[in-house]
Amino acid sequence: MNQINQIIIIPVLLPLASAIAMIFFRRSVPLQRIIGLVSSTLMLAAAVWILGAVISGGMLTMQAGGWRAPFGITLVADLLSAVMIAASALIGLTTVIYSFAVIDKEREKFFYYPLLQLLMMGINGAFLTGDVFNLYVWFEVMLISSFVLLVLGGTPAQLEGAIKYVTINLLSSSVFLAAAGILYGIAGTLNMADLARISPQLEQKELLAIVSILFMITFGVKAAVFPFFFWLPASYHTPPIPVAAIFSGLLTKVGVYALIRFFTTVFPHESGFINGVLLVASALTMLIGVLGAVAQYDIRKLLSFHIVSQIGYMIFGLALHSPLAIAGALFYIVHNIIAKTNLFYISGMIERITGTFDLKKSGGVYARYPFVAVLFLVSALALAGIPPLSGFWAKFVVIKAGLGAEEYIVTGVAIFVSLLTLFSMMKIWNEAFWKEQPQTVAADAPNRYASMGTAGKLMLVSPVILLALASILFGIFFEPVFRIAESAAVQLLDPESYITPILGRKE
Amino acid sequence: MTFLLALVIGCLYAAGIFLILRRSMVKVIFGLILLGHAANLLIFTVGRLTKGVPAFVPEGSAVLGGEFADPLPQALILTAIVIGFGVQAFTIVLFKRTWLTLGTEDLDLMKKTDELPRE
Repeated sequence: MNQINQIIIIPVLLPLASAIAMIFFRRSVPLQRIIGLVSSTLMLAAAVWILGAVISGGMLTMQAGGWRAPFGITLVADLLSAVMIAASALIGLTTVIYSFAVIDKEREKFFYYPLLQLLMMGINGAFLTGDVFNLYVWFEVMLISSFVLLVLGGTPAQLEGAIKYVTINLLSSSVFLAAAGILYGIAGTLNMADLARISPQLEQKELLAIVSILFMITFGVKAAVFPFFFWLPASYHTPPIPVAAIFSGLLTKVGVYALIRFFTTVFPHESGFINGVLLVASALTMLIGVLGAVAQYDIRKLLSFHIVSQIGYMIFGLALHSPLAIAGALFYIVHNIIAKTNLFYISGMIERITGTFDLKKSGGVYARYPFVAVLFLVSALALAGIPPLSGFWAKFVVIKAGLGAEEYIVTGVAIFVSLLTLFSMMKIWNEAFWKEQPQTVAADAPNRYASMGTAGKLMLVSPVILLALASILFGIFFEPVFRIAESAAVQLLDPESYITPILGRKE
Repeated sequence: MTFLLALVIGCLYAAGIFLILRRSMVKVIFGLILLGHAANLLIFTVGRLTKGVPAFVPEGSAVLGGEFADPLPQALILTAIVIGFGVQAFTIVLFKRTWLTLGTEDLDLMKKTDELPRE
């Protein structure tokens, strides 16, 4: 076995080790911060290393405990996983830095940083695992950390949001469990590569269809696909901004990742019917999400509805099921992780400056801090899809694939929704940046940004600049990035390329 | 036996879904717990029931022969029970905390996070 394969355990072990270390130093918040920063930086380095290794040398696989493939637990990093790991490591690092600036002392004392690391462990594990039941376990690791992060602080709004979030996620987990059980009953294996090999030959087509629908429901809930999205705008605006940002950037994308993984690699022959359902769901997700967003006056709620709307585009790409469309969806995921998280960070900055998340009471940021306005504009226009930023290419590819597949109605919806996206971004621009802050509000809203120290300002602004730069760079250097997405899509649509490295070439 | 278990699973699912649709938080927790049980029993049943034949390799032989109870679904259930236990314990604490903070356990009254702000 090639030694380099072992590096794919790092994204799981590193956050776990640092979380445990932090718990030992529970009384010393500065030490926890240092451990968090070091571990997140190392994590990003490891993720880039893995991505590089996968691009140059093909898929990495590791059999936990040395048990051979269908029997043990397999960890796999193909291009899709490696890209997702890299994107989530970037978000993990920026969230840790941003948290230094804004998270209050109380939360820091109550294991905020260890929880963040455990959340990253769950997310990375979900991206890397090659086993369906193991995916369930990673989902639970991720969920329980997110539950605690969501309620940490215990304000009434947080608790209310958490009830909805926890209930719907537990329900979805029990559906996942049932689906995994039935799948094992049919196929006798839960290893993804083994399933990909066996599923075309299975006799019980009807049961397999039911199982794939159950999986679609459970991942649909996690990804906030229509009609399973109501929990998201009800809960994501309640926790502090860094938590909301990392949730919005990564958690729903784990659901999208699982959908893509299942309906390309694991059930390659079940996709016909599912794609039809996903296509309709994607159109409704885009439309309902953006219409919800347009109506909002709380920045965080507006952005939460936008998460839903953007998920629609990714599902659209998956539903079209051509190499171009899936490559577009993958590019879209990466673009959205970066742009969306950054918009949440910026909404936190707006709140610092104007003292409110309410757009009606907000205002005057452009006059006071033009650079914040520029940073917002980069991310907002990237989200709306203005060239040359990353969002333009993401939408361009997905829409081109939609036209190629002659799905004119859904493609039309996608274009219309992107117009409304621009409209709602301009709404934030007009209300928070352009207009004067109402005098009555401005008088008793202290500018908490101005009173921060230089170090605090730096920690607040540097993640935003980093992610805005990433949005611009992905737009300018679109071609090399898209090549990676394209080869990832080709890999996904060819189950053999996933099966052979894991199970070996036999029969 | 399989038929009987299928019946039990069906009843558990029905009861669980009925309960999570109630307005009281306590009933929602009960519903979630029942759904967890239903899923565990489902795994147990679809993993094929084989009575009295543990998966032990007989003495002198190197492989399992004949019919035996598949240990994997049982391992899956064990994992799921442990995870479910932890998550349910957390949920109970969360719901109690919510009750203490908001002073109500009627889910219909908890719609502050969904409402648009008043003019």
